[in-house]
Amino acid sequence: MTKEEFTKMKQELEAEYLAIFKKTVAMHEVFLCRVAAHPVLRKDLNFHVFLEYNQDLSVRGKNKKEKLEDFFKNVVKSADGVLVGGVKDVDDFFEHEKTFLLEYHNRVKDASAKCDRMIRSHKSASDDINRIASSLYTLGTQDSTDLCKFFLKVSELFEKTRKIEARVAADEDLKLADLLKYYLRESQAAKDLLYRRSRALVDYENANKALDKARAKNRDVLQAETSQQLSCHKFEKISESAKQELIDFKTRRVSAFRKNLVELAELELKHAKGNLQLLQSCVGILKGNT
Amino acid sequence: MSDRARDPPPERTDFEELEDADDLFPEPAATEESGPASLTAEDISTNSNGPKQDSQFDEDPEDLFAEATEEVSLDSPERDVLLSDGPSPAITPITPPTSVITPCLGHDDMFTHSSFDEIEEEEGGDLFDMHIAVSDPEKVGDGMNAYMAYKVTTKTPMSMFKRGEFSVKRRFSDFLGLHSKLASKYLHIGYIVPPAPEKSIVGMTKVKVGKEDQSSNEFVEKRRSALERYLMRTVKHPVLRKDPDVMQFLESSDLPRAVNTQALSSAGLLRMVNKAADAVNKMTIKMNESDAWFEEKQQHFENLDVQLRKLHASVESLVCHRKELSVNTAQFAKSAAMLGNSEDHTALSRALSQLAEVEEKIDQLHQDQANADFYLFSELLGDYVRLITAVKGVFDHRMKTWQKWQDSQMLLQKKREAEAKLQFTNKPDKLQQAKDEIKELDAKVQQGERDFEQISKTIRKEVSRFEKERVKDFKTIIIKYLESLVQTQQQMIKYWEAFLPEARAIS
Repeated sequence: MTKEEFTKMKQELEAEYLAIFKKTVAMHEVFLCRVAAHPVLRKDLNFHVFLEYNQDLSVRGKNKKEKLEDFFKNVVKSADGVLVGGVKDVDDFFEHEKTFLLEYHNRVKDASAKCDRMIRSHKSASDDINRIASSLYTLGTQDSTDLCKFFLKVSELFEKTRKIEARVAADEDLKLADLLKYYLRESQAAKDLLYRRSRALVDYENANKALDKARAKNRDVLQAETSQQLSCHKFEKISESAKQELIDFKTRRVSAFRKNLVELAELELKHAKGNLQLLQSCVGILKGNT
Repeated sequence: MSDRARDPPPERTDFEELEDADDLFPEPAATEESGPASLTAEDISTNSNGPKQDSQFDEDPEDLFAEATEEVSLDSPERDVLLSDGPSPAITPITPPTSVITPCLGHDDMFTHSSFDEIEEEEGGDLFDMHIAVSDPEKVGDGMNAYMAYKVTTKTPMSMFKRGEFSVKRRFSDFLGLHSKLASKYLHIGYIVPPAPEKSIVGMTKVKVGKEDQSSNEFVEKRRSALERYLMRTVKHPVLRKDPDVMQFLESSDLPRAVNTQALSSAGLLRMVNKAADAVNKMTIKMNESDAWFEEKQQHFENLDVQLRKLHASVESLVCHRKELSVNTAQFAKSAAMLGNSEDHTALSRALSQLAEVEEKIDQLHQDQANADFYLFSELLGDYVRLITAVKGVFDHRMKTWQKWQDSQMLLQKKREAEAKLQFTNKPDKLQQAKDEIKELDAKVQQGERDFEQISKTIRKEVSRFEKERVKDFKTIIIKYLESLVQTQQQMIKYWEAFLPEARAIS
């Protein structure tokens, strides 16, 4: 590989690394801000340690056994979810949220997948432009006619526009695709919350039935009463916090979308204007020379 | 991200100004000369690529084309009158009917550049103002005997044609027949005959079967555009355009059907055998090149061939990916619209639907850009790859001519030796026979030498003309292509600027 090709490849790799780094940093920032903004979670000791401990945290990753446990838990959860999901909720708010979240989650998933595909095509198109630029450069150096300067200029132009196109794709990835992915997982988390609440509701209703049965048989009434009270308490607590959480979810969602969509539009504009300027100046020079 | 680039207001107003007036380069339009008449027609045809409904880069599709067609019909008879008065003046009288042209050409700035080139050429004495358009592909017949008939319209002020403007119906095999006639007449004396578009059995079968879908429409459009470029290249050649076959092709309403161009005919088989024989011969001929110019040029064309093929492959890949990008953007737009529907916060829902609309428009932009990529850049490269093959063929013919000359020279030498030997024997009649043969062969050798020099001279002229054309072609088309990129970016800016306030309005 020639020296120029090597430096070019190095630059490309650096740009890609930078883009991925930006993405990861942004996602981590969003996560930490979210935790900090939550009234309960922000007081968690683990969180404080994470933020303040100035030496290596040495977090152990999940080993095989734990991963297997997780997998089984998931299977059980989804099966349970289906059972529990059939129960109709008395509370309108939660019923509405359930249907809304289900639909929303599916659509976000679809949008996220399509967005990823779109960005991938964008990246491959910009790779092609890169190859075109280097072919033009070779043509320019080889040609003996007037065209050589012409080709070299156009090759230079394509190099620059390709960088901008790659940045456009990266920014779209950062602002749009990541936003959608995040809300995909958030909506999944919200669905999980609703599931836990439905679970608590079912437990509560079961406890009620058990209490009634116990009262009818006049056996273990006290035990049934305590368990019923416990599950009632649990259910009410979870309902309350769930309501608050879901409302917060909506506000957060709206503001996150707003922020990202505005930034996306601004970045697209910036890049398109930059691109336009490059193209226009090049066209001007080429027209002037001929 | 503190990456908020807010452009300073003055820059913004500049763009707004430009967009409002829609008149990007006012100066060149004012200096418009009579050149553009034929060129605008040419560019209509080049611009009516792809989906005919979409005017790629203009906000008023009908407007652009309607005005342009009006221009053409208004101007060319005018010019015909002006030019057919004098036999063939080296410099055409340039009386600019600017009043007709300037208003509409405000947005036709792609055309201004090529018109300057045309004027230059006319002033240089190469009177070229013929213009050919291939249009209206029509399916004739049914089933496997069906074919597409294209209307070939010629506009020319040249006096050797009976009328200034005429059109005929031709089918693809007619074009191939024309090319094979020209090739047999001119290739072996060193003229670079432009190659005809390639046959495509798959494409034609689809059309014959009658599938009225997107891919067969694209195939027909691709072919129509290729045929037009082929004819324009052929008539640009000063010798070829005066050829009677070419004139007959353009003028006469009935053309004998070129059956020899069919792939599965006896002529087709003969062609294949000849090609194989040629390839073998090329390997065996060892020419000692006395002229460094030819060696250098051959090397140059070899390199050019390799590079152009590589570039062509990259551009084709770009076209493919851009089309893919357009499809994916359309899908994303639909998905975003659905997401907006299910979103219950009204402002966000509206913003998401707006995003979906923007993406849909951008998808159309990508589609148009992919078409421009293809019809301007990729087809140019494909044409030149084929042209260079024709150029290499011409160099090969020169080698063959040299070989013939050398062969007859060697034969002459042998005959001379034989004659010398016969001198010592007493066979007067055989001697006379030998002397006659020698005289004949001598004449042949002289002719061979003349042929060789002639072909060398012709090739030199042709190559320099070819190089000039190449430089001009590439410059014009690449500038057009870059301008298409400019247009795309400007549209993008418009769309995103419209979206931004919507996004900000989410509360």
